[in-house]
Amino acid sequence: MYKYSQFDSDFIRQRNAQFRAQIERRLNGSLTEDEFKPLRLMNGLYLQLHAYMLRVAIPYGSLNGGQMRQLAMIADRWDKGYGHFTTRQNIQFNWPKLPDVADILDALGDVDMHAIQTSGNTIRNVTADHFAGAAADELEDPRPYAELIRQWSTDHPEFQFLPRKFKIALSGSPRDRAVTRAHDIGLRMVKKQGLVGFEVIIGGGLGRTPMIGKVIREFITPADLLPYLEAIVSVWNLLGRRDNKYKARIKITVHEHGIDKIRALVEERFALLRGSFQGNDQRLLEQIRTGFAPPTFKTGPVKAFEQRYGLDRVFRDWVNTNTHPHRNHAYAIVSISLKTPGKTPGDASAEQMRVMAEIAEHYGHDELRVSHEQNLILPHVHKSDLETVHKMLQRAGLAAANIGLISDIIACPGMDYCALATARSIPIAQEIATHFDTLKAEHDIGVLKVKISGCINACGHHHIGHIGILGLDRAGVENYQITLGGDATETAAIGDRAGPGFSADEIVPAIDRLVTAYLELRTDRSEAFLQTYRRVGLAPFKTALYPETTRIRQVNAA
Amino acid sequence: MVRPFIDKIVTANDLREGDVVYLTEGNNWSRHLAEAEVLQDEATAKARLAVGSSDVLNIIGAYLADVTPAETGPEPRHFREEFRRTGPSNYFHGKQESAENV
Repeated sequence: MYKYSQFDSDFIRQRNAQFRAQIERRLNGSLTEDEFKPLRLMNGLYLQLHAYMLRVAIPYGSLNGGQMRQLAMIADRWDKGYGHFTTRQNIQFNWPKLPDVADILDALGDVDMHAIQTSGNTIRNVTADHFAGAAADELEDPRPYAELIRQWSTDHPEFQFLPRKFKIALSGSPRDRAVTRAHDIGLRMVKKQGLVGFEVIIGGGLGRTPMIGKVIREFITPADLLPYLEAIVSVWNLLGRRDNKYKARIKITVHEHGIDKIRALVEERFALLRGSFQGNDQRLLEQIRTGFAPPTFKTGPVKAFEQRYGLDRVFRDWVNTNTHPHRNHAYAIVSISLKTPGKTPGDASAEQMRVMAEIAEHYGHDELRVSHEQNLILPHVHKSDLETVHKMLQRAGLAAANIGLISDIIACPGMDYCALATARSIPIAQEIATHFDTLKAEHDIGVLKVKISGCINACGHHHIGHIGILGLDRAGVENYQITLGGDATETAAIGDRAGPGFSADEIVPAIDRLVTAYLELRTDRSEAFLQTYRRVGLAPFKTALYPETTRIRQVNAA
Repeated sequence: MVRPFIDKIVTANDLREGDVVYLTEGNNWSRHLAEAEVLQDEATAKARLAVGSSDVLNIIGAYLADVTPAETGPEPRHFREEFRRTGPSNYFHGKQESAENV
């Protein structure tokens, strides 16, 4: 894992000292709120409905046990004993007090963490495949490149006042687990003539104008990566709309000017910038790589695991849903579900954080990851340790065997916390998860990604959920619109709107009707919801969602 | 047609703690909606918002919110203000942790 250099540590200390002084000046009236707001946002501090919220960056979702313990300490000491893991691989503390924030940031600095550029019109936390460095299908670990991009983008003088926020995601596998097609820049690792490089995708994004990204360059070598990224961001920095924040994201710039014109401008800028890097970035990349050397994998028999797997149904269900193939066959990637039905998606208590830290330290080569699906990952667990890990997770209430199933729901904080929300998301997620858990139906239903946002900004990724739910305010009442057929992977797609929305009371029965329709329509259990949807289209699901309307239409037609 | 005025209160967040607060008749900030001053016409509402907003050393983001008068004090007209009054609904760990707070 990357360890801060002296330069990094000094930079964080100085930045924290600056912000400490800015907080003091706000509290004593030397700074107005209008002056202070951009400063606090640059340091990840928002004001939400009930309190401040501090968003802490977890670059490319990677952290170690010590860092997780520090997050637990912060949750206990300065917050309400929990943290909320987000779709951008960050953690949010929902209840910090303004006079404590500088101390919290110093405590983060003690473990090589910060909250810089987790807000504001800057390049945000760089995200990556949560299975990076472990996945069996990976070409190469994308995290050294992600760290290079983090260092390049942090406090980049040209990119501190961009037209709008800017998000970059990387994937090192053909299987896209990083949603690269719904980011401002998505980097998908590919191989060409034996060389590893990146396919560069731009202009993806969700929000009020969802768009799937377009390929701007089919292949860029690692040596050209930073100058090419800098060319993209600087072209957008000049062209991007500053007159209308709803049209400022690069997806609109690409849409308005066309990908061909943007490509030509970027190539022109790239030609200018390319020479100026002079190989310094590549020397830095080589240094960074040493921090991402794979752990020394242990060897040992896995026979006991295989026996337990055969005998213990609960353990077997958990292994089947919550582990994924590791590139070392004696190892597994473990997903820890933060989606226990009835609980808040993405929340972990300080005690649970400490358990996860302990497991990582003893059984996971001291590595943890945050997934954009709001779960935690132990990327390297020897199969002989899986039983112990499972037991420890069970005791901590973290052993829900539901990864990728209908109760593994992404949900934004919604109106329970967020000042921008138009409706609640978390209680809807809780109700859907509890409903299908009670029926004990979700393993039969199979892979089904439900994603819920509490407003059109789409932090809950509803557009790319197999079933997406968008909470709106309709004349002072919460109302939920359904989209179907969205996809977050390499076959990314924006879901189709199914029709009129449902009230909070109607939404769970509506989802139940959709699932029942799917179970009747699928060819067999091997055809997942999304495949069935793609085969049969919207119509039969619409009939299931709106039986009354369909009946009236049939009567009228007769 | 002139729309009838809907009663209002001035609400904000406490600068230090972030808590939801309401402007009282005595120019204090209360954490209890029941203690908020109810404003019954537009001119008074504007004037009281100006008073509240000027208290920059204690609060942040003052605005007017619609309320309905009731025997126990003003009640929120919109669900957003109901959540602000009580706390998150996913589980009770905001103001509603203690019944005295809401």
